[in-house]
Amino acid sequence: MLSDTEKSEIEGIMEHAETKRSACVDALLIVQKYRGWVSDEALADVATTLEMSTAELDSIATFYNLIFRKPVGKHVIHVCDGISCWIMGGHNIRDHLQSRLGIKAGETTADGQITLLPGDCMGACDRAPAMIIDETLHGNLTIEQLDKVIDELKDGQA
Amino acid sequence: MNEARPLTGAMRSDRRALTIDEYEGVGGYQAARKALKEMSPKEVTAVVKDSGLMGRGGAGFLTGLKWSLVPMDDVSPGPKYLICNGDEMEPGAFKDRYLMEGNPHQLIEGMICAAYAIQAEKAFIFLRAQYFEAKERLELAIRDAHKKGYLGERIFGSNFSLDLQLHVSGGRYICGEETALISALEGQRPVPRSKPPFPGVSGLFGRPTVVNNVETLSNISHIVNHGADWFKGLSKTDQGGTKIFGVSGHVNRPGLWELPVGTTIREVLEVHAGGMADGYKFRGLLPGGGSTDFLVEQHLDTPMDYQNIQKAGSRLGTATMIILDDKTCPIGFIANLMKFFAQESCGFCTPCREGLPWLARMLYSFDRGKATERDIDILQEQTGKIWIGKTYCAHAPGAIEPLASGLKYFHKDFMDHIEHKGCPWS
Repeated sequence: MLSDTEKSEIEGIMEHAETKRSACVDALLIVQKYRGWVSDEALADVATTLEMSTAELDSIATFYNLIFRKPVGKHVIHVCDGISCWIMGGHNIRDHLQSRLGIKAGETTADGQITLLPGDCMGACDRAPAMIIDETLHGNLTIEQLDKVIDELKDGQA
Repeated sequence: MNEARPLTGAMRSDRRALTIDEYEGVGGYQAARKALKEMSPKEVTAVVKDSGLMGRGGAGFLTGLKWSLVPMDDVSPGPKYLICNGDEMEPGAFKDRYLMEGNPHQLIEGMICAAYAIQAEKAFIFLRAQYFEAKERLELAIRDAHKKGYLGERIFGSNFSLDLQLHVSGGRYICGEETALISALEGQRPVPRSKPPFPGVSGLFGRPTVVNNVETLSNISHIVNHGADWFKGLSKTDQGGTKIFGVSGHVNRPGLWELPVGTTIREVLEVHAGGMADGYKFRGLLPGGGSTDFLVEQHLDTPMDYQNIQKAGSRLGTATMIILDDKTCPIGFIANLMKFFAQESCGFCTPCREGLPWLARMLYSFDRGKATERDIDILQEQTGKIWIGKTYCAHAPGAIEPLASGLKYFHKDFMDHIEHKGCPWS
């Protein structure tokens, strides 16, 4: 069941949309904003609201890199895998994150706190290497800075 | 206004966005007022056409010509659409972010003029998912423009009304392709469509639609204000205007600069980016993002405009160049790009869906010491097969560009990987 807040936000989008289905990406992102990801059940509810088949909506949901059809951690780290970051040592940043967090890219820590994902070029090539944590961009990363950011993130959980 | 740098001259040095008051303080919204009150839609299209402004998203199509293909007046009753393509995801490109974050009202004003020229009643900004700062600043700018009556009903007391909406994407590179972008906005699976019909005739919801890049639209208010000749005079060659040039890689000052079209690669790299960083030597560059061909030392004095970069064997693209240095493996460089393009293939046509992952695997086999000379031949052969005319859109040919030129300029590096049974750099 969609919550009342989710329903009213989706209806708000549909009000000025040309067709119901043209609100589908917004609707999926609204659900994800509140739940962290889009479950099968939530997807079916959105499909009903937009008068689409679940299969068709799922083919759209799974097309996008940032609509999550599996649960993710409380925080999601996107470490840039783009060419400019790679030149500037972005793979070292990813390797360090993997060993610090004890997970591989694509996985979530056992406590469910942090998911690590490789990300497409983040358009921060003048600040390479870069990563995005939730909605914050971190650029010109060094290993020391990275440790500090991760420590702060972990402290924030306590 | 700084006339040598119309797009960025008024921007704040602290990278905050110009507020609507600050923007109006430097002459903002005068062009939209002039267009809507003193000019006909055809006159607005004409001045943009005369200016020779070429699309700044990468393809370089003439903007005024694109607008002039939209059916006008009673030939086309019913809705028409303008879409700003702000889905910047080209590897190595970061210029549209700068324009949207630094001066969102300049973009909105350009869109008002453009929408008026084609008589579109609704406009969209299609924004990349992870441009959070740009999203916030554009939302505020749209609200502020509404409050002042620059968006909405009967703008400046004219008969023209415009509804502008911000759409934030779910994140996929192919959405930057204009027909895929249209599919995305319709709530379809965003795969590219065949052309013709071109969007100018049948685009969003089957209606006439113009899709323009952020930088293209950011130029419009200045052209309306100062005219076509002024715009042409900004450039060092016969292709008008300024361009946002960018440099990333091991240089002293990676960044973005607004410079005359036709500035040489050498000037951008050595003067503005401060040359190669200590301990690094220049080996080559992609002049316009990840889907453009390599250029090398012999090309450094090429003026950066569409024609001259093409003559040198590449494309101006986004004009955000990626520098290859002597401590970075060119095969690893190409493999990183190929992996990206393979992942971002929409999967609709076979050469792209099957071909790009195959090429990526083959490129990584050089790293693992598994490649033979025969693999170089296969890579070479495929650059002709996964190419324009054999794929549905320009995605796979774009992926081929750095590979084809890389095979040409870095053949010895491919051979070295075979001899060393692995990457000599690692």
